[in-house]
This record gives sequence, structure tokens and C-alpha cells, in this order.
Amino acid sequence: MIQYIIRRLIFSIPVVIGVTLITFILLNVVPGDPVLEMVGKYADPQTVQQIREQLGLNDPLIIQYLRFVFNAVRGDLGKSFKTGLPVSKMIAEAFPTTLKLALSAYLVAIVIGVSVGIISAVRQYSFFDHSMMIVALAGISAPVFWVAVIAQLIFGLKLGWFPISGYYSLKHMILPAIVLGTRFAASIARYTRSALLDVIRQDYIRTARAKGLSERAVIFIHALKNAMIPVVTILGMQLSGLLTGSILTESVFAIPGLGRLSVWALSERDYPLVQGVVLFTAVIYILGNLIVDISYAFLNPRIRLQ
Amino acid sequence: MPAKIVEVHDLVKYFPIKGGVFQKTIANVKAVDGVSFYIQRGETFGLVGESGCGKTTAGRCVLRLIEPTKGKIIFNGIEITNMKEKELRRLRPKMQIIFQDPYSSLNPRLTIKDIIGEAMVYHGIVSSKDSEKRVKELLDMVGLSSEHINRYPHEFSGGQRQRICIARALSTEPDLIVCDEAVSALDVSIQSQILKLLENLQQKLGVAYLFISHALNVVKYISHRIGVMYLGKMVEAAESEELYSHPLHPYTKALISAVPVPDPKVKRQKIILRGDVPSPINPPAGCRFVSRCPYAMSICKETEPQLQEVASMHSVACHLYKETS
Repeated sequence: MIQYIIRRLIFSIPVVIGVTLITFILLNVVPGDPVLEMVGKYADPQTVQQIREQLGLNDPLIIQYLRFVFNAVRGDLGKSFKTGLPVSKMIAEAFPTTLKLALSAYLVAIVIGVSVGIISAVRQYSFFDHSMMIVALAGISAPVFWVAVIAQLIFGLKLGWFPISGYYSLKHMILPAIVLGTRFAASIARYTRSALLDVIRQDYIRTARAKGLSERAVIFIHALKNAMIPVVTILGMQLSGLLTGSILTESVFAIPGLGRLSVWALSERDYPLVQGVVLFTAVIYILGNLIVDISYAFLNPRIRLQ
Repeated sequence: MPAKIVEVHDLVKYFPIKGGVFQKTIANVKAVDGVSFYIQRGETFGLVGESGCGKTTAGRCVLRLIEPTKGKIIFNGIEITNMKEKELRRLRPKMQIIFQDPYSSLNPRLTIKDIIGEAMVYHGIVSSKDSEKRVKELLDMVGLSSEHINRYPHEFSGGQRQRICIARALSTEPDLIVCDEAVSALDVSIQSQILKLLENLQQKLGVAYLFISHALNVVKYISHRIGVMYLGKMVEAAESEELYSHPLHPYTKALISAVPVPDPKVKRQKIILRGDVPSPINPPAGCRFVSRCPYAMSICKETEPQLQEVASMHSVACHLYKETS
């Protein structure tokens, strides 16, 4: 198992290199100049040149990239162009908020998604099943920013149940977590339903019924554990969706997390900050997938990690 | 005469076909259409017929794994046709099933110990403390090493898995086991081992089998009595030897003539049936075999023949034969 984890981590090095390289190229290809962004359009060209020199932007691109990689390996992600603060410190400050949002959204998604999926599968073609699947389809199709604004309108402005922006207390987290979570709940519900329906039709479920077990034991002991394997895969894949989803959610709800930080960094052309956030997200994503793969082994005895 | 463990009277199972905007029933697949039979304690009743004739549906209806549309099922003297699932659950240990595919009928997530031990602990046949000992005894009984107790199903071969299925079925000390094509998925050499095992267990434990198969030679080997099904109907029923030596229904004759004989010198007249099995959605009026029967008469198209006893313990549903009374 430990060997497997080490090997997986080694294999993820090229992924990290690829991600940083692509980000670096894209940043330099898209129009916009970080220095002009800092000093404004009418600044003295000499000053601009001076700043470019200071920030190392006049060096060849390959040198700039290698400098970033060598520093990153040593744990130094550079300093933000805009604030002058170390990028790692800015990420460290923003990440806990995003993590809180992502985890509460994950919790909402799993609790709602899995339970709706189970009830829908057990009562296939019932009114509950039909209506929930329509709601789920709508949930998957509706864009996060739209759902977020509607939720703000209804639950924040009209009903006044929750604050609609900022992050000062746990109460501020409820609405964003539900908005981000229900979207994933929708796809989890559909996956749980179809996986469970597949399993319910297997002979070993018929056998379990023939044994005279209660319906609850048949579903929870025999069916659900087998049905959870594809669902866990989806949960792993959704990790990235959760992070990108949090960008939009954080922006709409003005939550000072990683998502909002990356949007801000992009609009300010703050290269080191963008690079740092992307690198950090990639690492989180890789680790998330690794955890999912390891959890397979616990769910399915046929999978032995090698 | 030993007591009847199961009596099935006029069992009917239609599967509705729904269509249209409002999902109305537009037709029915008449999988089983008025089948009656009984099984005595410690007896093997074979049910044969080609794919789609309704034998598996009939077997599952007997255990109420599928709800019958009509008819009456009596198990151990108790009518279970309309019994509530909760009450039925208490009877379930006494009626077990072994499926065709030993790969899909064992839960991949459970160890052999749990697969075999679960039902007997659940129904209080043994305490959870003693279940391991009993599982080992059962494994021994079906010819598997008791060291395998903590393994998962995927670590076994097909034959071994079917032995696990048998041990699992035996765990609740059943009176009846429905063997639904229980050896069809296995190699011929393994088939005979499993058949021998089933036979020995029957002699030892007195369990009755409803043995469902499309392979006549297999059914002949293991069954005391055999019922032949065609398109949802029982067309002939007799004791095993009698059915083979004196088949009456033209369909049974055709089936028996199709069984390969492992001797190249034996010359036999093969009866080759024309055409395909008609659709069970819209079976022919009159005799269901009429479209393929070499002896079809005009009455066969109009009147449906009833299953009647034409010789001692030998019933047939065919207009060619008259009742012996």
C-alpha cells in the first residue's frame, strides 16, 4: 500500500509540471500586462521598464519559468505583484475558508444526493423517483452563478433567513454551501440511483431476499456497498468541480477564499499569485484522487492496490 | 405417499408491457399460463423446456421472488400466495434457491463466512458465536476446505462457487431448494460433480429439489419426476424413466430425440421441429404447440388441450391422447 502511494506520487510529478507549464504559457499568451495593470496606462515608460526589470519580466520566458519551478520546489512561490506579500502566505490565509466551504458543500451533496438516490432506486418509477430525477436534472443543468443569485434573492432578500455576502460567521457559510452542494447532490443522486438499480437486479440481491432478510438489510448490507463504488469515483471527480464551483460561488457571495483570490489574481494579471493558486489546486486535486483510489480498496476486496 | 412440500395450482404470471404517454398496459407477456404441479418431501421434480418457456418464472413464483398474477401456491400445507412479505420472511429459510450463474449470485463484498452464515444467524438457527463452526461444517459437507472461510467469492472457481451457493442454501435447513439451471454454467465434468453432490445431500438431508433446466440429460439424471413446459404451459408430466421410455407429447418426443447419445454407432430418428417458438405475448389459440407440431389436427387450432392423466402417474396435454378413466 505504501509502495503504491509513493509510486502514485512519483507519477503525479509530470502532471504538476504540465499544469504549471500550461498555466505559464497561457498567462504569457493572453493579452494584458501585469505592470500596466499595476501602474496604469499613462505611466512613464522608463518606470514601467524599471519595474519589469525588477520583477524579472524582461528575462527570456524559459528562464522565468525555470526560476518559478526551482523556487516552487523549495517551497517559495514568490511574491504577489500587487500586494508584495508572499504568495504562499496569501494562499494559506484563503485556503481554510475555501476548504470549509468545499467540505460543507460536500457534506450537503453526499447527504442529499445519496439519500435521494437510494429512495429513488428502491421506489423506482414512483412519484418521488420521477419528481426527484427531474429536479436533479434541473440542478445539474442550472449554472451555479444563476442558482446562487436566485438563492440570494429568495433566502437572503425576500425571506431574510441568511446573510447574502461576506464571511464573518458560520451562518454566512450556509447558503453558499447549499448552493454549491445541491448542484453536486443532483449528479450524486442520479449516479447513486442508477448504480443501485444495477446492483438490485443482481442474483445475489435475489439470494439475499430469498434468505428472508428484511428489505433494509438487503439494501444497506448487500446492495449499497456494491453500488457505492461508481459513486465514490464520481465523488473523486467532483472534487475538481467543487474547487472550480467554489470560484463562482465565492465570487457571488463575496467569500474571501481561494476561488475569489484566483479571480482577483487573474484580473490583476498577478502572475505569481495565479501560478501559485493553480499549482496548489492541482496538488489538492491529485491528492484527492489518490484518496479516492485508496478508498476503492476498502470498498471492493477485488481491487488490490499494487 | 410422502407429504407434499409444495403444491402449485393454476399458476399464472403475466408481465405487463406498458406503452403510450400514460404508460398503460398494452399487452401481456404470458410467461406462465396455468401451470400446476406438486413436489413431495425429499423428491426431485425436474422442469424442462426451451429458453423462454417460463420455467424460471414458475420457479421464482413458487418462492414468491416474483409475485404470481393468479393461482395458488401451498408450501408445507400453508398457502403463501397472498401472504404478507413480513410473514413470508419467517418461512423463507425453509425454501431456498440456487441460481445458474455462480459468479453473480454471490455478493462480491462479503466473505464466505458472511455469505453462508448470515441467514442462519438472522433467523436464529444458530447464535453468531456458533455460526463459524456451522459454516465450517457446511463447507465440509459440500466438499470445500474450511480454511476458505475468510475468502471472498472472486477467489474461487465456478464449480467451487456453486458449492458455496449450495452450502448457503443448505445453511437454513430448507425443505425445498429451487435449482434454477444450477449446473448450466459449469463445465461438463464439474456438472456431474455438482449433480452427485446434490443427490448425496438429498439422501442425507431429505431436502426436495425443484430442478429447472433446459438440458434433458441432466434433468433425467437427477429427477424422480419431470414436467415438460412449452410456452408457459405444462404439456407433459411423468416419472423420469416413464417419460424417457414412453414420451407422449410430440414436443417431448422432439426434445428427447435431440439429446445427444455418446455413441457414434447408434442410429436414431431425429425429430426436427419446424419454425420458431411463437411469441408469448400472443400465443396461438388452441394448442400452443400447433404451429410446430408434425401431428397437428384441426381440433388443435381451436381447442386448448387440458393436462390429463393418460396412464398411471403420466399426464399429457394433447388431443392425440384420451383420458384413461
